[in-house]
Amino acid sequence: MIRVDGLTKDYGTRRAIENLTFEARQGEVVGFLGPNGAGKTTTMRILTGYMPPTSGSANVAGYDIISESLEVRRRVGYLPETVPLYTDMTVFEYLKFMADLRHLPNAEDMVDEALEMVGMEERAEGYVGALSKGMRQRIGLAQALLHKPEVLILDEPTIGLDPAQVVEVRNLIREIGKERTVLLSTHILSEAQALCDRVLIINKGHIVVEDSPENLQARLVGAERSVLRVKGDADGLAPKIAEIEGVQNVKTQPDGSVEFQFAPSRDIRPQVARAVVEAGYDLLELRPIGMSLEEIFLELTRDNTKEK
Amino acid sequence: MRNIWTIARREYRHYFISPIAYIVALAVLLVIGIYFVIVLYYVSNQALMYGATAPDISIIIGPMATIFLFATPALTMRLLADEQRMGTLELLLTAPVRDGELVIGKWLGAFLFTLTIIAITLLYPVVLNKLTSPGIDQGIMIAGYVAITLLVASFLALGTAMSSFFSNQFAAFFATLAVLLLFWWLIRLPTYVITSGFFNSLFTYLDLNGRFNSMLSGSIALSDVVYPLSLTALGLLLSTVAVEIRRWR
Repeated sequence: MIRVDGLTKDYGTRRAIENLTFEARQGEVVGFLGPNGAGKTTTMRILTGYMPPTSGSANVAGYDIISESLEVRRRVGYLPETVPLYTDMTVFEYLKFMADLRHLPNAEDMVDEALEMVGMEERAEGYVGALSKGMRQRIGLAQALLHKPEVLILDEPTIGLDPAQVVEVRNLIREIGKERTVLLSTHILSEAQALCDRVLIINKGHIVVEDSPENLQARLVGAERSVLRVKGDADGLAPKIAEIEGVQNVKTQPDGSVEFQFAPSRDIRPQVARAVVEAGYDLLELRPIGMSLEEIFLELTRDNTKEK
Repeated sequence: MRNIWTIARREYRHYFISPIAYIVALAVLLVIGIYFVIVLYYVSNQALMYGATAPDISIIIGPMATIFLFATPALTMRLLADEQRMGTLELLLTAPVRDGELVIGKWLGAFLFTLTIIAITLLYPVVLNKLTSPGIDQGIMIAGYVAITLLVASFLALGTAMSSFFSNQFAAFFATLAVLLLFWWLIRLPTYVITSGFFNSLFTYLDLNGRFNSMLSGSIALSDVVYPLSLTALGLLLSTVAVEIRRWR
């Protein structure tokens, strides 16, 4: 469990985060979403005991991050943004070293287990320096999972992985998130959408919005959008759609499909379908498209800049 | 305690795969070996012609101190500087390890490696003992090795401190060298100007070289032991504070 209360951090005169307050409960995957420099890494570094906040407090796994830092660090698994590895050690030596620092009783078994979780058991004897970026990322993850921590804090966990590995790592995080608390940062919005129970969007050190990915989408969709596709050439179709009452924002896409918007209270799709057929086109597809988290994100961060 | 040992063991092992450590070890052993042979040759020539007293082990320990003056900065320069540069410091500072344990572990690893080099030089007293009659003075030998051990302990601790201030190894190297030269050589200079009084005795006491040489004569005074030990403690304390400050930045 993570409880953050009024966390502020200044680097000299620059304020990195200001008055952050949020919570992540056990059995929950919370996504920290924001552009580069928004304060994600700073927050994570404070929560893992790497550096103290300028003001505010936080409680991780039941311990205060300032006065009981060592207790917190015992219970947290952390994957920093730049995966810190000793390149001169073998994978096994490295993980064994970390296991020893955590006083794990059966260190070698725990190392084997962690390696198995990230699918790297075959590379245990290889040198860390000889691994590819994706493999290093997985070793970093193994390091964070080593002691089966109550709280897992992952800074961009899937960066540098190939698509198959991304799926694997996401499954792993989802599995862990069922029982423990996971806080992960990402700037890949689809990742937050796919993984997280709750999303915190952070921009310029402030939490802009906090909600589940589904709610976020529902909350921010002011207009319903649909895409329509016809057989053959769609030239001249767009103006005809635009004539229909209630239709806004008609755009012909490069692939020949036509996108349009309408108010959610007035479903005008039947009229559109009729108009298409009357105009002599063969309708192939008429499908609603939701607003992606990406667009929501841009919308929110743009608003936030305007206020300032 | 356990964390100190875990970190020291990693550090110690690291020296055996690092080229710098081998070069340092080679340089130390080579220079001392050459020096030993030449001195021995010279003394035996003298003995044949005029008769001479057998050399004691300070012919080894003396130059060893000079070599370590330059060698220990090379051994300590990467200790914490490299962790900062590689980002692995974040790993150690978020592990359940106290800052002091990290610093002492790092220093201990370097200290154990240096002791390994020093242990190899124990060959010379054995050889010297065989060659001379009635053998070498055991007291001077023990005092000499205690002296060099204490000396490198303080050198390495000051080096660890410099390495914690910088994230650049070379900056750490030269800063350490400067600090060591200060305590080894420069700090004695004021005594040539101030020939008596409190400041004279202060600078005389702070002269690491003087403390060291007084031990080499075979008698170990308490103050000669306390001084390098305090410098060691000071170096480790400064390193710990530097790591702590790094967190606040």
